[in-house]
Amino acid sequence: MKVSYYPGCSLHGMAKEYDQSMKAVSRALSIELKEVDDWSCCGASAAHNTNFDLSIALPARNLIAAEKNAMDVMVPCAACFNRFKMAEHHLKADKDLKARIESVVGAKYQGGIAIRNPIDVIYNEIGIDALAGKVVKPLAGLKPVSYYGCLLLRPPEVCEFENYENPFMMDKMMKAIGADVKNWSYKTDCCGGSLSVSKTAIVVDMCDKLMSAAKEAGANCIVTACPMCMANLDMRPSPSMRMPVFYFTELISLALGLDGSKETFKSHLVDPQPLLSQLRLI
Amino acid sequence: METFLEEVNKKIHGVPLQACYHCRKCTAGCPAASHMEYNPNKVIKMIQNGQKDKVLNSSTIWLCMSCETCITRCPNQVDIARMMDVLRQMAIETGVGAHEKNILKFHEAFLSSIKFGGRVHEMMMTVHYKLKSGDLFSDMDIAPSMFLKGKLSLLPPRTKDMKSIKNIFEKTKKI
Repeated sequence: MKVSYYPGCSLHGMAKEYDQSMKAVSRALSIELKEVDDWSCCGASAAHNTNFDLSIALPARNLIAAEKNAMDVMVPCAACFNRFKMAEHHLKADKDLKARIESVVGAKYQGGIAIRNPIDVIYNEIGIDALAGKVVKPLAGLKPVSYYGCLLLRPPEVCEFENYENPFMMDKMMKAIGADVKNWSYKTDCCGGSLSVSKTAIVVDMCDKLMSAAKEAGANCIVTACPMCMANLDMRPSPSMRMPVFYFTELISLALGLDGSKETFKSHLVDPQPLLSQLRLI
Repeated sequence: METFLEEVNKKIHGVPLQACYHCRKCTAGCPAASHMEYNPNKVIKMIQNGQKDKVLNSSTIWLCMSCETCITRCPNQVDIARMMDVLRQMAIETGVGAHEKNILKFHEAFLSSIKFGGRVHEMMMTVHYKLKSGDLFSDMDIAPSMFLKGKLSLLPPRTKDMKSIKNIFEKTKKI
C-alpha cells in the first residue's frame, strides 16, 4: 500500500531511531511512504495550551498539504497524530471554525483523507500473520510490556483507537515477532508528557511508577510508539529504576533482520545492547 | 454581564460545566491530581462559584498534562481537558499570566522555534527556554551524552514556505 508520511519534528530530532526503523519496516512490509511536501510542526502541547486557533491551524496546514497526495496520511508520532485527529475533529464539527482556519492557512480543507498511526496500519492493513511470516529472528527472551500512553488513545471519539482502555494491537505485534509480552495495568497511563523539562520532579515520579509496575509485571524492557513517552522513560526515571525502552518499529526491524536494525540502539540513553546481546539477539 | 461560568462554557463550546454532578471520577483518574492545589472537579465547583481570580491564578491549570483521562471517563462528557486549555488561555489573555511560570516559558520557547523555522529545533528551543526561565543548570548531566549519541542535531530544520507559517502566527495572534 501507499501512504503519505508525516514524520514531524521529533522524528527528525530526538526520535530519529523511530524514523529510521519506521522507514525500514515500511519498506519490508511494502508500505510505500511519500513524505508530505514542505511539512511544518503540528504545534504539539505548546499550541493547544496557549492558543486554540493556532492549535488547529498548524496541523491544518499539514493536513491540507497531505491532501494533495490523495492518500491516507500516516503519522508515527503519537503527539502529532493526536493534534492531527483533534484538528480534523474540530474542522468537521464546526463550520465557522473551518472557514476561519481556511482563511488563516490560505487554502481549503477537504477532509477526504484518513489520519492513521502506524500501529493501526501494520495491524489492520498488513496483518499479524503477514508480519509473523516475515520474522527471521524471533525475539526469544525479550519480555516487553506495551506502553501506549495517552495521545494515541484519548479522547476516544477523536482518536478512534481500538479498545482504548485496554489496547492490544501492539501486544499482538510483539507476540507475532516472538517476544514474551507481559500484561500490565499501566498501558494507558501518562508519563508526564510535556512537563518533562519545565516540571521535571513530577515526571520523574510518574516514570518511576511506570518502571516499577513494568518490573512487577516481569518485564525486561518497555515498548512504545510515542517519542515523548520514549524520551521521558529513557531519560527521567531514577537511576535504580531504569530499563531499556524501544520503539515498536525497532523491535520489528530486529526480528525481521533488516539492515541497520542494530544501529538505532546506539542512540538510546539507557543502552539496550547488553540486554540484547545477553539474549543473543544482536 | 457574563458570569465566569458562562464565559468558560462559551469557550469550551460543548457540554456545559453544569452537567457535572461531582462524582470525582475525573480526579480519581487524574495522574497529576496529587500535585495540584485544587482537584479537577474542585475547579469546576470554583468556576460555578465565580472564583475567577483563584482559578486563573492556580497552579492546577498549568499542571494538567492533557492526558485526557478525565474526559474519557466522565459519565456526562464534560470536557475537563478542554476546560483546562480554556482556563490557561484566559489566564494569558487577561494578563494574569501563569502561576507555573516555567511551564508557560517552555511553551513559548517551543512556539518561538516554530516561528523561526517552521519546525522545532530541540537544541535551540532548550537554549531559548533556559535563558528565559533562568533554569540554566538542569539536565546538564544528560546533555553531553545526548549530544554524543547524536540525539541533538546542530543544524536547525526549516520549512521552505515560511511566509505561510508567519501568516498563521500573525492571524491567530490574540494579544
